[in-house]
Amino acid sequence: MAKTMPERKGHSALGLDAELARRLLYTMLLIRRFEEKAAEAYTLGKVGGFLHLYIGQEAVAVGASSVLRADDYAISAYREHGHCLAKGADPRRVMAELFGRRDGLSKGKGGSMHLFDRSVNFLGGHAIVGSHLPLAAGAAFAIKYEGRDAVVVCYFGDGAVAQGEFHESLNIAALWKLPVIYLCENNRYAMGTSTDRALAQTEIWKFGQTYGIPSEKVDGMDVLAVRAVVGRAVARARQDKTPSLIEADTYRFRGHSMRDPAGAVYRTKEEVEHEKERDPIVMFRERVLTAGILTEADVRALEKDVNDRIDEAVAFADASPEPPDEWLFTDIYKED
Amino acid sequence: MAVMTYREALNLALREEMRRDPSVFVMGEEVGLYEGAYKVTQGLLKEFGPKRVVDTPIAESAFTGIGIGAAVLGLRPVVEMMTFNFALLALDQIVNSAAKMFYMSGGQYSVPIVIRGPGGPAAQLAAQHSQSMEVYFYHVPGLKVVRPTTPMDAKGLLKSAIRDDNPVIFIEAETLYPVKGEVPEDPDFVIPLGQAIVRREGTDVTVIAYMGMMYRAMEAADELAKEGISVELVDPRTLRPMDVETIIGSVRKTHRAVVVEAGAGFAGMGSEIAAFVTEHAFDDLDAPVERVTGANAPMPYARNLEKLKTPSKDKIAAAIRRVCNANGS
Repeated sequence: MAKTMPERKGHSALGLDAELARRLLYTMLLIRRFEEKAAEAYTLGKVGGFLHLYIGQEAVAVGASSVLRADDYAISAYREHGHCLAKGADPRRVMAELFGRRDGLSKGKGGSMHLFDRSVNFLGGHAIVGSHLPLAAGAAFAIKYEGRDAVVVCYFGDGAVAQGEFHESLNIAALWKLPVIYLCENNRYAMGTSTDRALAQTEIWKFGQTYGIPSEKVDGMDVLAVRAVVGRAVARARQDKTPSLIEADTYRFRGHSMRDPAGAVYRTKEEVEHEKERDPIVMFRERVLTAGILTEADVRALEKDVNDRIDEAVAFADASPEPPDEWLFTDIYKED
Repeated sequence: MAVMTYREALNLALREEMRRDPSVFVMGEEVGLYEGAYKVTQGLLKEFGPKRVVDTPIAESAFTGIGIGAAVLGLRPVVEMMTFNFALLALDQIVNSAAKMFYMSGGQYSVPIVIRGPGGPAAQLAAQHSQSMEVYFYHVPGLKVVRPTTPMDAKGLLKSAIRDDNPVIFIEAETLYPVKGEVPEDPDFVIPLGQAIVRREGTDVTVIAYMGMMYRAMEAADELAKEGISVELVDPRTLRPMDVETIIGSVRKTHRAVVVEAGAGFAGMGSEIAAFVTEHAFDDLDAPVERVTGANAPMPYARNLEKLKTPSKDKIAAAIRRVCNANGS
């Protein structure tokens, strides 16, 4: 079946059966639908604060998560709904967190930017740009200290690359050989600042070479390519504690946040329309259909499952009560 | 009991906790091969090896964040700031990651980390290396902040800090490292966080002080005893959580209070203590609470100016006399 798929570098040798295709497509659709519903809830006033949508970037989280084990870790910044869902979090509890309800992952205390799920080893959404890169190295340090073979995937945006913590973390991860994969989602804009206005070196993957670690760029709109590249990095990290830097070339179809709905000030409409032509979900769906791995009916069934599940998540979040007043003062200190 | 220096007491606390719990490790600049810029970690590399005594590059934000990340997974890092002044480079990690992770995660991820090192006025180290740093941390919910005045407290409080499941900011002092005192050798000896101690009993006035200021207040109290003024000295030891009860209890007895702090006074520890004394014990006070604080200036280098910057014994004594001579009810 691979023969009938369009030949693209990096995954021609990758086995893709119906089960895997279904899983990848399902999770990408799940994230897309989740984000659409989250945006809708925001406009209805059910979600407050900042809401950063992952629409357009789904292939990165889904491709990377598809090669992780349950005991591996993922950590991210503030555009992290997709990473959290892809690691296996329950969409109902993620949505409830966005709604600020007691059944949210963080009991409603974290919100959209601070999703944590210990049950799937999701180490959080961290909203100070660059701050979670050292945390990822620390988790990898602990894994090595304990003699385990788990790995950490650290997602971050191109905006973090100009921060000192990016360089400090890469240096130490390389120096100490920590099992961490730094996965940069280069969506070309740190808020409204394009990479060429922020970085002296816009080929972000090249910074890894400076620190002497395996580094490569991947088409972040191609879930199979991401899966292949991250899969190799995970194997290196697992086997001999080698960290990696991967730059995923991707694009966010929406604005920086819901307060920048169109993202129109710093980029052209034409550019956005052009980039939408490489929608990761549309491309993958066409590939698996063309290759005959899934049928139209399969895809329709997946879409229905996803829509039902997200409707259920919204209903769950709506029904969940607000956290009780006394929770203001719980979870500040851990008592014995 | 053994007599040892403050520095040796800290070293012993680290050794005992590392022997007791394999998840405890030490990390920071020059902590291993160099044996610590102030030799607090002397001999640890030899006993515990490089896996548990980790030399870092000069990258405070990264190695503090690494400590926090490791703590999130269940290790118990003791991160050394060569001096606490450098912790400003890691302030974001301490405030935004360590202090808030437990809360932001709804109680899923705690951060059992100790960040320790010397702070406060030192000897002619000038503006960037000689600051009272506790003020940057005790404002933050989620952090505990400790300032141990004696060798015994240094040992007992550091051990408690390491065993605590929360991030603890533990600020020592360069000037106290050579100070000697009695220290229990029992490896089970700990001093719980959040407990003040009455270092000297008195009846006329309560003086609240810690670290070097406590030693100066003690000298002032000796001098004032000859004048017939009986001073009670209270050392909070832990600034957050603060043992308000012990301080208020003392003020209710003496009806007067003076707070001494080395740092610049504006919005300092003295402001906070004066505020809660006023809130909780206003009717017991026979005089306004007085603050003796460091001058509102950066720390100068010149010896004479440096001396002016930090409260002296005479300044403390003068404040105590003023408060005691004030006419109350």
